[in-house]
Amino acid sequence: MSQDPKQTPLHALHAELGAKFVRFAGYAMPVQYPTGILKEHLHTRSAAGLFDVSHMGQVRLTASDADARLEGLVPGDIAVLKPGEMRLTMFTNERGGVLDDLMVTRRDNDLYLVVNAGRKDDDLELLRASLGAASVVYDKDRALLALQGPGALAALARHAPKVAGLGFMKAAAIDIARCAAWVSRSGYTGEDGFEISVANADAEALARALLGEPEVAPVGLGARDSLRLEAGLCLYGNDLTPDTTPVEAGLAWTISKRRRAEGGFPGDAVMQVQLADGPARRRVGILPAGRAPARAHTPVVNAGGAPVGEVTSGGFGPSVGGPVAMGYVDRDHAKAGTEIELDIRGKRYAAAVVKMPFTPHRYAK
Amino acid sequence: MSEVRFTKDHEWVRVEGDTATVGISEYAQEQLGDVVFIELPSVGAEVEAGGDAAVVESVKAASEVYAPIAGKIVEVNDDLEASPGLVNESAEDQGWFWRMEIADPDEIEELMSAVDYKAFLEGLD
Repeated sequence: MSQDPKQTPLHALHAELGAKFVRFAGYAMPVQYPTGILKEHLHTRSAAGLFDVSHMGQVRLTASDADARLEGLVPGDIAVLKPGEMRLTMFTNERGGVLDDLMVTRRDNDLYLVVNAGRKDDDLELLRASLGAASVVYDKDRALLALQGPGALAALARHAPKVAGLGFMKAAAIDIARCAAWVSRSGYTGEDGFEISVANADAEALARALLGEPEVAPVGLGARDSLRLEAGLCLYGNDLTPDTTPVEAGLAWTISKRRRAEGGFPGDAVMQVQLADGPARRRVGILPAGRAPARAHTPVVNAGGAPVGEVTSGGFGPSVGGPVAMGYVDRDHAKAGTEIELDIRGKRYAAAVVKMPFTPHRYAK
Repeated sequence: MSEVRFTKDHEWVRVEGDTATVGISEYAQEQLGDVVFIELPSVGAEVEAGGDAAVVESVKAASEVYAPIAGKIVEVNDDLEASPGLVNESAEDQGWFWRMEIADPDEIEELMSAVDYKAFLEGLD
């Protein structure tokens, strides 16, 4: 059970930078550097943060019919993707529940997937069973870095001018600081930025080159979580689980008209009913009125104290300057502006259902 | 002279006559990181030694703060409501949490001295 945690190729660099480590999905990951989560968060929103996300799973599907096969596991429209295009989708179960969320990119010779660290073993099993083990390649020899923030483009373009030509949710093979990299214009912060896949052997040199840019500071998992929360983005295991469907999660936009009509993915019938009638509960933004943060599992109640839902992610939003949360509430309480209450350690606190994101997205065009 | 004692849960207690001031240690604030909210006990509340008394919320997580000794809360640090960051800046002085009456002076004797607490911290690494 308590095996030594795995390390990413950047472990020594994190230690040198003074990182505090935390065990996450079996890896020793930097939760913060000496500047602390607040400053790392604000730095990412004002300049650029460099994140090590090498714990995530990078998987290649090499079969010629991989798109059709993958569509049997996810509600996303994979067939429509052109080379260099990427999208968010989810592995689902027969109840429409989410087994993992993932990014899928079509490349010239394969589909490139990025899956959550804690789910990659299960995802690989699912993929191998459906596509055949021979055409599912787990790239365990590759690292993944994210450079996020309004200064990310300028910092990265000094090493690789071509990245300026990438639109949001587009990707390409581009050399950076003499390293062969796969670069996408994407991220998990709500800011403009890039995710960069390189060979493990090149990861440290690339990270050092980027940290040498004036805009760039290292940022740990702590700020990664507060940044994605303010951006209204889901965390698997909290906001997405085997018991919540993409429709309930507000991710119906990831299911195209063709896929809604044709189905052909696990839980299709459940989701088709929810799409037609509206789901009985929905993921919403929750803004506490006071200063007390509402963490995951905080009960959401109505004015009479009756339960109407639960917080699934919550904490302090450094850019908002106060607590922010998201969670699932029943449909009668899901409209923005609805007043609700939060039961935090037995005390009731006023809050409101609000539209997300809490901080405006600033993606590239 | 006032004397400062520490608990294994990283609270400190400064004894002045028959009252005690309580907060969390420099080590604790460092472990917690940026403090953003503190739920303080009510003035007049009776607390048990080792019982829940306050909650400190950092950007990372919520953590319980226990009463190092038994007694009645007589004052809380209202400055923490507007400036929870005082706990990070001055954990063992301006970032105090509450003052309380000392129900049983013997309980103070059972807590660690500053020297013992330092040795205890070294043993944690």
